[in-house]
Amino acid sequence: MSAKPSPPPAAGRAGMRKELPEHFKAYRHVWVFVEYEHGAIHPVSLELLGEGRKLADKLGVELAGILIGGTREALLAAAGECFEHGADSAYLVADKVLEHYRNQPYTKALTDLVNTYKPEILLLGATTLGRDLAGSVATTLATGLTADCTELAIDEERSLAATRPTFGGSLLCTIHTLNFRPQMATVRPRVMAMPKREAGRTGQIVEHPLNMAEEEIVTKVVRFLADRDSNKAQLAYADIVVAGGLGLRSAENFQLVKDLARVLGAEYGGSRPLVQKGWITADRQIGQTGKTIRPKLYIAAGISGAIQHRVGVEGADMILAINTDAGAPILDFAHLAIVADALEVLPALTRAFSRRLSVNRLAG
Amino acid sequence: MHIVVCIKQVPDSAQIRVHPVTNTIMRQGVPTIINPYDLFALEEALRLCDRLGGEVTVLTMGPPMAEDSLRKALTFGAERGVLLTDRFFAGSDTLATSYALSCAIKKIGEAWGPVSVVFAGKQTIDGDTAQVGPGIATRLQLNQLTYVAKINEIDEEAGTVEVERRAEGGVQVLSTRLPVLVTMLEGCNEMRRGSLTHALRAASADITVWNAEAAGVPDVGSCGLRGSPTVVKRVFAPTPRAEKAEEIGRAGMSHEELAEAAIDELFARHPTIEADLRDFAATSQEEWR
Ligand SMILES: Cc1cc2nc3c(=O)[nH]c(=O)nc-3n(C[C@H](O)[C@H](O)[C@H](O)COP(=O)(O)OP(=O)(O)OC[C@H]3O[C@@H](n4cnc5c(N)ncnc54)[C@H](O)[C@@H]3O)c2cc1C
Ligand SMILES: Nc1ncnc2c1ncn2[C@@H]1O[C@H](COP(=O)(O)O)[C@@H](O)[C@H]1O
Repeated sequence: MSAKPSPPPAAGRAGMRKELPEHFKAYRHVWVFVEYEHGAIHPVSLELLGEGRKLADKLGVELAGILIGGTREALLAAAGECFEHGADSAYLVADKVLEHYRNQPYTKALTDLVNTYKPEILLLGATTLGRDLAGSVATTLATGLTADCTELAIDEERSLAATRPTFGGSLLCTIHTLNFRPQMATVRPRVMAMPKREAGRTGQIVEHPLNMAEEEIVTKVVRFLADRDSNKAQLAYADIVVAGGLGLRSAENFQLVKDLARVLGAEYGGSRPLVQKGWITADRQIGQTGKTIRPKLYIAAGISGAIQHRVGVEGADMILAINTDAGAPILDFAHLAIVADALEVLPALTRAFSRRLSVNRLAG
Repeated sequence: MHIVVCIKQVPDSAQIRVHPVTNTIMRQGVPTIINPYDLFALEEALRLCDRLGGEVTVLTMGPPMAEDSLRKALTFGAERGVLLTDRFFAGSDTLATSYALSCAIKKIGEAWGPVSVVFAGKQTIDGDTAQVGPGIATRLQLNQLTYVAKINEIDEEAGTVEVERRAEGGVQVLSTRLPVLVTMLEGCNEMRRGSLTHALRAASADITVWNAEAAGVPDVGSCGLRGSPTVVKRVFAPTPRAEKAEEIGRAGMSHEELAEAAIDELFARHPTIEADLRDFAATSQEEWR
């Protein structure tokens, strides 16, 4: 036996140990928390089922959708939708106190499920609901949570490699939760692609009780004021988005963006300075601190393409930039560019599109 | 009413540069600011105190130089600043950060009176996780109110509060009991200008500096790198796309010709866009009829 004292554990840092503690080895399967509110599943949850499917296949485990809500029938119908988007099973917690989202009972429902059925990965949408819930659940479970991931993968050691932008998108970092389970991550809407729906695909349903009475819940929902202007959701999910930046020079000129958007049936948005100047409302801001969009076509007029803007639009299939400066950063990631004055090009595009589309209309 | 506002000193992200060879962040000379989202929380806290009486304690965890951000907060009218700084806190992820901050908030309550509201920003611009607020609420068992756009009513005596919270697809009006943790939505108020009196006070004010022991942190193993379940394995710069945008048109083309050329190229590269647009045009014409 060596007389040498054994070396201290690697820097004494729990997070660097290679081997997963024994009691965490029972954790298996990939879960997606499915946001179900006001009678509909939030699209981000379906996007996550698509991504979760890939992770589950790589790990050789099952994919489950987690549904928490007020009425069992509604959750059963939603479970069907989860199966058609790739889930093998669905865990349901139905209780009338869960009708509207509230942190306390939802945190209990989700932590109870995790402690009972032990998933190795738990994904949530980075929505106001998902972020509110994920932070509480991860703290209660004392496990790692990686926010706003843009890429998820499984490494050689079966560990979730969650990549996210940091420092406003100037850098990316890959984060692991080595020694704790489940490994939790949130992903913003539209970052992952929507999976194809497979009609008729079914799965297994597991129901779990909440065991919490209304009297135990401190927070009450007094009212819910639904957004009358539903553009908030529409911008993120629009197929075509036309946006303007400071290159448009004035609030009046922004009308040129709206005109083109109308001819294309598109949504419109803008860069952050336009919000600060009051040319557009905050819910129209595109970028890191605004909306992430994933349209088929993105037309950006008079936008320089700063990194904070870029991270919100990179998922677009096709980006057409209109900029007077051939050296503007947006030309580094746009697909097509018109190097000319947007105040001239926007109306020319509006006219050209209307001409083409109305000719086709007459022909058809 | 005693209110604690958690603020973080962050690098001004627009000016972050990445070292082209080592891929590390070049912090030298990068100016720091109070996380912009935290200013909405601070302003809201100050307004509550203006209205109802009380005082604001600002709290930050960071390196010694984070003291600057506390002093800045004092110029707006906060009563005192507490800086939580210790090598044990270095490398904290959100779980470890919320642990250290919640210990300090407990201690602040013992030192300067029970805390009715803890404010945090919606998120930071460097960490950008929005997790620290909910982490603090969970650890201190405060009722959690995130994405608050408006505080409708707060009654310290009755211990009740009603807020409007930005939810998915609408606004939730929630009523709950104090103490609460509130994360403020951006744009819901505008930061006041600091007054001269406050500025003078701030310049000479004593900032309370606590290490882990002074803050009454029972378990340093739950702080910093050791207390962080997440491990950053790799930091890298985004790969620039290989090809640049294709420039449409030739010199001398009119704007009309440029527009036509752009649409040709667009439809050639992406035929489904053309099909979608035709569908849209056809249906919208039907609607006009
Ligand atoms: C923490 C943080 C978060 C941020 N979040 C966001 C965000 O979410 N979204 C966002 O957009 N920004 C965000 N920003 C701001 C971002 O850094 C840029 O400042 C902003 O995107 C620039 O807006 P812009 O492109 O409209 O203006 P500018 O950078 O001023 O660019 C104007 C462009 O218009 C061109 N131009 C000028 N005249 C014409 C003309 N006649 N025709 C055509 N082109 C013309 C110019 O060549 C230039 O490229 C953030 C910044 C910070 C610090
Ligand atoms: N080191 C810190 N010191 C004080 N407050 C913090 C710290 N980190 C985060 N916060 C608070 O938590 C909020 C959310 O931060 P984050 O989870 O990093 O997005 C911030 O807006 C701050 O109010």
